[in-house]
Amino acid sequence: MVEAEHKPDEGRDIHAAANKHGANKPEAPDRVAQGLTDIDRRRRRSRSIALAVTLGLLVALFYVVTIAKLGPGVLDRPM
Amino acid sequence: MTGMMNPIQSAAPHAQSRYGGEGYETVVVSSGDARDFLALLKPRVMSLVVFTALTGMVVAQGAIHPVLAFAALLAIAVGAGASGCLNMWYDADIDAVMSRTAKRPIPAGRISPSEALAFGMTLSVGSVLFLGLVANWLAAGLLAFTIFFYAVIYSMWLKRWTPQNIVIGGAAGAFPPMIGQAAVTGSVTLDTVILFAIIFIWTPPHFWALALVKSGDYARAGVPMLPNVRGPDETRRQILLYTLLLAPVGVLPALTGFGGMLYLGVSVASGAWMLLLAARVYRRRDGDAAAKACWSLFGFSIFYLFGLFAVLIAEHGFGLMMPVAGG
Repeated sequence: MVEAEHKPDEGRDIHAAANKHGANKPEAPDRVAQGLTDIDRRRRRSRSIALAVTLGLLVALFYVVTIAKLGPGVLDRPM
Repeated sequence: MTGMMNPIQSAAPHAQSRYGGEGYETVVVSSGDARDFLALLKPRVMSLVVFTALTGMVVAQGAIHPVLAFAALLAIAVGAGASGCLNMWYDADIDAVMSRTAKRPIPAGRISPSEALAFGMTLSVGSVLFLGLVANWLAAGLLAFTIFFYAVIYSMWLKRWTPQNIVIGGAAGAFPPMIGQAAVTGSVTLDTVILFAIIFIWTPPHFWALALVKSGDYARAGVPMLPNVRGPDETRRQILLYTLLLAPVGVLPALTGFGGMLYLGVSVASGAWMLLLAARVYRRRDGDAAAKACWSLFGFSIFYLFGLFAVLIAEHGFGLMMPVAGG
């Protein structure tokens, strides 16, 4: 009970935060995210940007490869 | 699985336990940035793979759309990177105790083992499927086998089991020219089998030269490299024997006709220099001179392989081919 009343220290104490809401096991992803430091956030941002750039390049690559492989008449097919 | 995770957990306590505790056994938040994920792909190994695969594509007697050639090369590069990532995932416990590898993202705790595994598996499957769709399924099959060979046969089995680990495991690094040729022509010929043989025979003297000066590292990690198991003298003998075999095999492309006069000259001269350096390693067995001889051979061996393949690209890709008489 005492632990349930404990206020989490800026979200770092994830177990206490979860118990406060009556869960046996805390909902990990949201709670964990509260425990990130500034460095963690910067690195997460770096990962997110890299992922976005990679996905964008993949879209462009798939488009160009499709045109190169199948030709401009790729949509001109008999029904 | 437990046996595989324990050493890794101890090697990366930060990543595993940061948000650990009951109910959080698999919850990990990465503290790695994009560069750490790039490091998992072993960029330097990847660049050598790209280079040798490009050689296979250039010497292949076939035509491919430049965009598809680029896409195929990219798939091969990513596949090679994926196998490197899986290797780092499995070897994190070894990497943690070796000075050369202790700062890699997993032992340093910046990326968790589960993240590396997921990253490596995703790239493996993606690169093989992409190569199959862009080029053909023979090339994709060879890439899949290469990834399997490096990650499973070499990393999980041979590396910790036999001092012949890098001899057999060297096959994984030797496949890229074949994959490149298969991507262009849909088949594999004697030309790239010879290139396979060159890389395969080149691998032991290249790695054992490094292992001789880093034998303490490998011993601490419990990896049965040849210098630790059979001793430095036997390693020096085998380096010399493999180099004696490598020098003539390196000349074969000129003799079979897909290497020209320039290749003949470079392969003979650089093969002779490799032999000289291997003989130095064999003779100089103590002190700084021995270590220096090993580093010289290790460094030149990279230049040797790079040089041979660069000449083949120059001859086939830039019209510098002057056939050897009778070739």
